[in-house]
Amino acid sequence: MTSESAAPSPPVAVRRATRRSRRRRGRDIAREVGFYLAVIVVLLIALFPFYWILRTSLLTDTQVGQGVGGPNGIVPSHLSGVAYKEVFADQGFATPLLNSAIVAGLTTLITVFVAAIAGYALARLPIRGAGAILGFILLAGFFPVLAMVGPLFLVLRDLGFLDSIWPLIIVYLVYTLPISTYLLRNFFMQIPAELEEAALVDGATRLVALRRVVIPVAIPGMFTAAILSFILAWNDFAFAVSFLETPSHFTAPLAIVNLGQSQFQVFYNRIDAAVVIITIPVALLVLFAQRRIVSGLTAGSFR
Amino acid sequence: MATLKLSAVTKRYPNGFEAVTDMDLDVAEGEFMVLVGPSGCGKTTALRMVAGLEDITEGTIELDGRVVNDLSPRERDVAMVFQNYALYPHMTVAENIGFSLSLQRMPKAERRQKVAEAAQILGLSEHLDRKPAQLSGGQRQRVAMGRAIVRNPAVFLMDEPLSNLDAKLRVHTRAEVSRIQRRVGVATVYVTHDQVEAMTMGDRIAVMRNGRIQQCATPQVVYGLPNNLFVAAFIGSPAMNLYQAELSADGTTVALGNQTLDVPTVLRPESVAGSHRGRPVVVGIRPEELADAARAGDDGVGMRRLEGTVDLIEELGSETLVHFHIDAARLSATDALLADADEDPDLGAGEIGAETATAGVARVAPDSRIAAGQRVRFAVDTEKIHLFDPETGDSLRQAA
Repeated sequence: MTSESAAPSPPVAVRRATRRSRRRRGRDIAREVGFYLAVIVVLLIALFPFYWILRTSLLTDTQVGQGVGGPNGIVPSHLSGVAYKEVFADQGFATPLLNSAIVAGLTTLITVFVAAIAGYALARLPIRGAGAILGFILLAGFFPVLAMVGPLFLVLRDLGFLDSIWPLIIVYLVYTLPISTYLLRNFFMQIPAELEEAALVDGATRLVALRRVVIPVAIPGMFTAAILSFILAWNDFAFAVSFLETPSHFTAPLAIVNLGQSQFQVFYNRIDAAVVIITIPVALLVLFAQRRIVSGLTAGSFR
Repeated sequence: MATLKLSAVTKRYPNGFEAVTDMDLDVAEGEFMVLVGPSGCGKTTALRMVAGLEDITEGTIELDGRVVNDLSPRERDVAMVFQNYALYPHMTVAENIGFSLSLQRMPKAERRQKVAEAAQILGLSEHLDRKPAQLSGGQRQRVAMGRAIVRNPAVFLMDEPLSNLDAKLRVHTRAEVSRIQRRVGVATVYVTHDQVEAMTMGDRIAVMRNGRIQQCATPQVVYGLPNNLFVAAFIGSPAMNLYQAELSADGTTVALGNQTLDVPTVLRPESVAGSHRGRPVVVGIRPEELADAARAGDDGVGMRRLEGTVDLIEELGSETLVHFHIDAARLSATDALLADADEDPDLGAGEIGAETATAGVARVAPDSRIAAGQRVRFAVDTEKIHLFDPETGDSLRQAA
């Protein structure tokens, strides 16, 4: 520090620069505030329906009958969990939930297992026409659902497989397998061949290398495939409504539609309670898997 | 008995490209063999064939006397260090090093002890619980080494293991790898494109080009008696100065432009270079065989002097590099390396573009007073110069 810089008033140029930077900082703050305001608006619009579902699910049958307004405004004066109790006690929602869990769970397990093996083969093994094979696999997944419902209905009817949850698993696999195979193939292709070769030289067979090195490294891809498959099977309505008949065989989305209907009133609180319930597994799955997906692909493996 | 023996090994791809041609190589027990050559010369392919990661088209590879051509990598008992290390990112350092042992179903206690020993040798003991992502480049390199040495395999294979380290760390690790290899005493095949690594680390060096071994010998021999122009130009930094010249009719002197040099005694007999007398040859002079004549003490023999004009001086402290040119057609080392005779793998200088006035390099003592722009006289140790056949590229010393 020299004595000049300690002088009482800084040189003109410095003062001007300070004023300019202050003005710039003011602009930056305004821009930031504007950005977050926009984010809040978008979030409010996106989240309001979810809030409304949650709000309605916490009302009583009487409150629903009274409509919106008065004590039943945007924030109701009285909330209760009675709708949730009714959904299980009166409507037997546990059975469709279990059905959905079985169908979605098995679909996911089979998808991840088969797609991993198929994706690995397409990515790594010297298969003639691997690209064409992949194209055909993907093509199957691109058929519109409604185009598939009719033919599949006829097939299942002739086989005597209607009104059961098991064939649903196969139907869902038609959609989950192509996309998962494609996804995992791309994941495996990103994994450097050297990683696997290192395992082979270290004394692993191809299968051991796949199980202990390639798949652990491809975990983010496995979780992505699992989430996609689970959500597809868990949320499906079109196939379930076409192939299932007996209420005790219903999956959860199908059960919701038939929920809370009486001659005189639609029990929106029960429907919304069921919606909240079926949303929870998906939300948990995504939250849990997200942590896995974030942990990088081959961080630190190479130089 | 050789630990590793390659006999007439050839690798031909379905499109007809031959990455390795008719390769013979013996690696003795505990020997450090370096495969060196420019990129694409087949050295890595050769290594991968030994590892079992690449099929062998022709020939045989033997490990400890048994032919391993059709064995999978895990049945061969080889360990490999990859260029990019290829560490398992989801495993800790200890798990990385111990992976091969766990595949052998070695009991946990024994495994832990072996991993600890390897980590001790490599100075990784404090990092055993870390994941590769938490390690520095040098540490990752050592983990890759650890994965190899923990197994006590029949042979180590290393594919440019130092190329991803920065220059300083590379020099340090180079010595480290040599030290570890001697300590473990396992036959090693080490692939590199860096001729300094090859010279400093190898017990023997195999110089490769276009899938063929050009010369396989100790570093001293490869440097001092290169088989051909390619080896001469590839090994050594700065590279050997190569000039187009003409051998005199009596075979005792060689003319570079309007200057003449004595031919080394060993190359004078009729039986050695007789067929080249009165015909063009390529003269090779290592930079260190040119000394500042003003410092060397003039012995008055004109045949041992080479006069040139200085273009540039590079002072390195321990020595000074003098870039100069003489009035003779010069082959630059890059020409010799790049002349890619696709059909004819033997290097012919005839097809190499000759340049005049491209700088040659002399390595002189740091107290030299040579300055840029000067005419300068170099004292040449003519007994150490090389003559090459310009058609085949072969060194005439081979016949001596």
